[in-house]
Amino acid sequence: MSDFVVLSLVPMGIGAFAAVACALPGNFLILRRQALIGDAISHVVLPGIVAAFLVTGTVAALPMLAGAAGAAVVAVLLIEAIRRLGRIEPGAAMGVVFTAMFAGGVLLLERSDTSSVHLDVEHALYGNLESLIWLDATGWSSLLDSEALVGLPPELLRTAVACGAMILFVALLWRPLKISTFDEGYARSLGVRTVPLGLALVVAAAVAAVAAFDAVGSILVIAMFICPPATARLMTNRLERQVLLSAVIAAVAALAGYVFAGYGPLWLGRADAVSAAGMIATISGLMLGVACVAAPHRRRAGEPAAG
Amino acid sequence: MKAIKLAASEGRAVHPAGEGALVVRGLTVSYGEAPAVFSADLTVPEGSMTAIVGPNGAGKSTLLKAALGVTPRLSGQAHFFGEPLGQVRRRVAYVPQRASVDWDFPTRVLDVVLMGLWRDLGLLRPVRARHRQAALDALARVGMADLSDRQIGQLSGGQQQRVFLARSLAQGADLYLLDEPFAGVDAATERAIIDVLKALRDEGRTVVAVHHDLSTVADYFDRVALMNVRVITEGPVADAFTREALQEAYGGRLATVQIDQLRLGAT
Repeated sequence: MSDFVVLSLVPMGIGAFAAVACALPGNFLILRRQALIGDAISHVVLPGIVAAFLVTGTVAALPMLAGAAGAAVVAVLLIEAIRRLGRIEPGAAMGVVFTAMFAGGVLLLERSDTSSVHLDVEHALYGNLESLIWLDATGWSSLLDSEALVGLPPELLRTAVACGAMILFVALLWRPLKISTFDEGYARSLGVRTVPLGLALVVAAAVAAVAAFDAVGSILVIAMFICPPATARLMTNRLERQVLLSAVIAAVAALAGYVFAGYGPLWLGRADAVSAAGMIATISGLMLGVACVAAPHRRRAGEPAAG
Repeated sequence: MKAIKLAASEGRAVHPAGEGALVVRGLTVSYGEAPAVFSADLTVPEGSMTAIVGPNGAGKSTLLKAALGVTPRLSGQAHFFGEPLGQVRRRVAYVPQRASVDWDFPTRVLDVVLMGLWRDLGLLRPVRARHRQAALDALARVGMADLSDRQIGQLSGGQQQRVFLARSLAQGADLYLLDEPFAGVDAATERAIIDVLKALRDEGRTVVAVHHDLSTVADYFDRVALMNVRVITEGPVADAFTREALQEAYGGRLATVQIDQLRLGAT
């Protein structure tokens, strides 16, 4: 059982915090028909992080956040500029900007010396959840041992803080987010500053993406922005419940995915393990699939009312 | 009074801004190359009921949105009760087009109406019984009290429009700006909405509605503004709703026969 604490407890916690942090802003992105923005952000984060590393020489949390948030803002401006100057539809403008920025980030990463830190291309895609082990732990009692706690991987605190920040963001700005997501014109007539609010949502998503990114990689970040909120939307017709449910679904997917990745092949008689990030994303996709077929509220507006 | 100075500095002769619930001067909006609204002037006296009428693409909705700052304007000003909108938001309620939102949004009728109380509730003040009661009262005024728990995706078009009207009523505003409140609603809803609007007018409040149905203009409204990108004429229905103005607004699109069937002002 001490193996579990050393090897699995921390990655599971990081996975769950990261998943919830991404799922919360994802709810609003999806309802605003901006799910692609989550996708864009998780790509754009890479050049931001690399640039921040090149400038500061560290992978500390704050420079990374600043770099990624800056990159997100640059991306939003570029998307707007391309859309307006080139008269290209927003989806295409986004696609051009985030793939180009991601590719630029990959090139930048290849050409810069990051051997001293945990930053490479593979890492950017899959993360390194499995390697975030707690070497100082000897068992459950280590949770109360201040010396062992110091040895916790910093990613745990980082994702936990991000998760808390997202909860705070959604709770504090709940009403304006809800009003402007439902009816932006009306929100503006009430005096809600919808443009800064929309930007704040994108920046919040970028913060979640950065915090999650280096632990779980961009594949999982994309999945977590979209799958849990979309699944939750099919389970309920109340925004309040949808957001809560999305957090639960994200956490369940993270925990179950990690366990299946680590032990699933073992149960099937294989000795190896599969990528935890990949398995978590796959599980959340499967949950969405099940919800599409079986959830109570999959009826779209416009179809006849149930009664 | 600032409005007079601003307008005067542009060399325009205007009525004092304080005269109307809504005074628009020289408003121009452009989405692309051609302006959607060009140099529009509009004066809505307090306690009046005004229809904004014109063909499709005449910029009627855009005029409302630009006055409210929902859509950016190239130039011109809008004053509400003599003030810029930011000073008097509590007194102004906007009812957008029903089709402008996604009714599949996960929420209930009551929650939508409660959005009208944003300026009272702010970010974090809890929704108290009196807020809920205000929302329910607004719903009762539009005949929707028994549907307050209904998921909005299950509403008919007419019910959606009533919910939007209830949301503005909950604001308790003095000026109501409605964008096509009768578009695609059933006859009973149209009747219910016009009754509510007339009751608002009788309470001394002001109503402005983008309106499509020329045949009901004279029945429903006491003032009319005919527009086609520019405001062609505005005034009491008896003076402004004339054959000439209609022909100018609609060009050749309105057959003489149709015009003959309308209750028009003196020509």
